Amino acid sequence: MKKGLSCREAFTAELEELARADRRIVALTSDARGSTSLAAYANALPGQFVEVGIAEQNEIGIAAGLAAVGYRPYVCAPASFMSARSLEQFKVDVVYSRMNVKIFAVSGGVSYGALGFSHHSIHDIAVLRTFPGLRLVIPCDGVQMVGLLRALENSDLPAYIRVGKAAMPLVYRAGTEFEVGKAVRLRDGDDATIIVCGEMVAGALDAADALAAEGVKVRVLDMHTLHPLDSEAVIAAARETGRIVTVEEHSVNGGLGAAVAQIAANHRPVPVRTLGFPDEFLVAGGSADVFRHYGLDATGIVAATRELLLSGD
Amino acid sequence: MEIQELRKKAIAIRRDLLAMIHKCKAGHTGGALSSTDILVALYYSVMKVDPGNPHWAERDYFVMSKGHSVEGLICILADLGFFDKAELDTFCRYGTRLIGHPNNKVPGIEMNTGALGHGLSVAVGMAKGLKMAGRPNRVFAVMGDGEQAEGSIWEAAMAGAHYRLDNLTGVIDRNRLQISGDTEEVMGLEPLAGRWRAFGWDVHEIDGHDLAVLVDNLGAKPDGSGKPRLFIAETVKGKGVREMENVAKWHHGVPDDALLASAMRQLAGEEGRTA
Ligand SMILES: [Mg+2]
Repeated sequence: MKKGLSCREAFTAELEELARADRRIVALTSDARGSTSLAAYANALPGQFVEVGIAEQNEIGIAAGLAAVGYRPYVCAPASFMSARSLEQFKVDVVYSRMNVKIFAVSGGVSYGALGFSHHSIHDIAVLRTFPGLRLVIPCDGVQMVGLLRALENSDLPAYIRVGKAAMPLVYRAGTEFEVGKAVRLRDGDDATIIVCGEMVAGALDAADALAAEGVKVRVLDMHTLHPLDSEAVIAAARETGRIVTVEEHSVNGGLGAAVAQIAANHRPVPVRTLGFPDEFLVAGGSADVFRHYGLDATGIVAATRELLLSGD
Repeated sequence: MEIQELRKKAIAIRRDLLAMIHKCKAGHTGGALSSTDILVALYYSVMKVDPGNPHWAERDYFVMSKGHSVEGLICILADLGFFDKAELDTFCRYGTRLIGHPNNKVPGIEMNTGALGHGLSVAVGMAKGLKMAGRPNRVFAVMGDGEQAEGSIWEAAMAGAHYRLDNLTGVIDRNRLQISGDTEEVMGLEPLAGRWRAFGWDVHEIDGHDLAVLVDNLGAKPDGSGKPRLFIAETVKGKGVREMENVAKWHHGVPDDALLASAMRQLAGEEGRTA
């Protein structure tokens, strides 16, 4: 697969276009215009850009206030801080108050793999899935980033958009449209289903293709929206394929896998394997190294799927 | 509204909120009584509001950062006609929207608060947005003194001055008590005025129970200085009810029948002196 723009580059280019057409759009950052690729936007649209300094709690509160007087704010900052430091402001000032604030959370998961647990955000799905009315998306490439951004911008609901740092292989053709809360079936198959999101999608497709070469037909669902989660797609996968493997750049506690297992257990109990980070402080390294270490690459996904198919339950 | 009428209104609101707390058996009584005069000055004289059109584009914006002092606010909104006064009987009861903190499902309330230290940041965002849009509306935030210990307040203080938000007014209900006791013993705030001045605000220490002073000061138009204004309103926790005044345990608490009767007698006496 050929590499496209990183999600953050795709995001800021699209945001600039949207902001030119709608003067209510405003971007906020907490001294992170570099890491969020916002420098060009800030130069082009200074009247729709607010620098808050290194003060994430204040940043979310200010964004909520801007929304209260009619703006459509996008807070652009690292996921590790947005999902922890300013979590209470997001919970109360934005989600509970139903303010139209969208967080663009960059360098999610282990994008900052070598920088330590302070900079990892492998807990954000777990906590944010408990915020009623919040839409949580994790795009897998620049095309999906743009499609989801357009879909989210069409709504007044708050959102948390988590992206990684790296430029990702293009999974989708330019211009593909996406519906928030609706999974995309990327491969057909009825032996098992791999349910996956974000940077893991490309590896899951490679795994499905490798398994297909062995005659194992695996369905792949891109679960780009983690909340609200497409439970119909999960139930259909359970019913039609009988086995599910989930893959995510997140702790196995409370993430995509936990959500899928809960839906399956409630509606159509089938064996589920959840691939993600174990309950530990993660090994240091670039994100690709960290993924490989924990079996979150095509090789690991193939092995887990085979093991599930052979387990006989 | 004339000052004399405002004084009577403040007595009536104290009466309403005590009756509501007594009837519904829940409430943060002390802080509601210390902030009553500030809210009466804002809602009946200073701020532009339209009870028939809570989202009126020309309204002034209000954020109750000390969200636990919600009782006076909702009694005022009901009295102004934002919603039916009979609904006050549902305060904190099963299924109500009149919960123990501001809830923006209630007409006239902009923001949900309750977690301390949030309100000023939200008010900064409102004031910044209004400036960006060239709108003349003003923004008011009432804070507690206890919540001055929250770091996020000082992030907001820095930003309010940095953005030159002279359309923003903060008020601290300086009743010198928080739930565990004297603010200076729990976590000293003084020199509070000096700290706010050092952060770039135009700071005034005023009597938080003198309605003439409150109206004059809070009502003063933005002066173009670029400095946000901060009023340290010296107040008495439990103001108006002798048994509750300056007693930390009345941070929350429900008066029994005898205490309610005593409170009503004291308020009637105050009303007699006001007439
Ligand atoms: Mg106090």
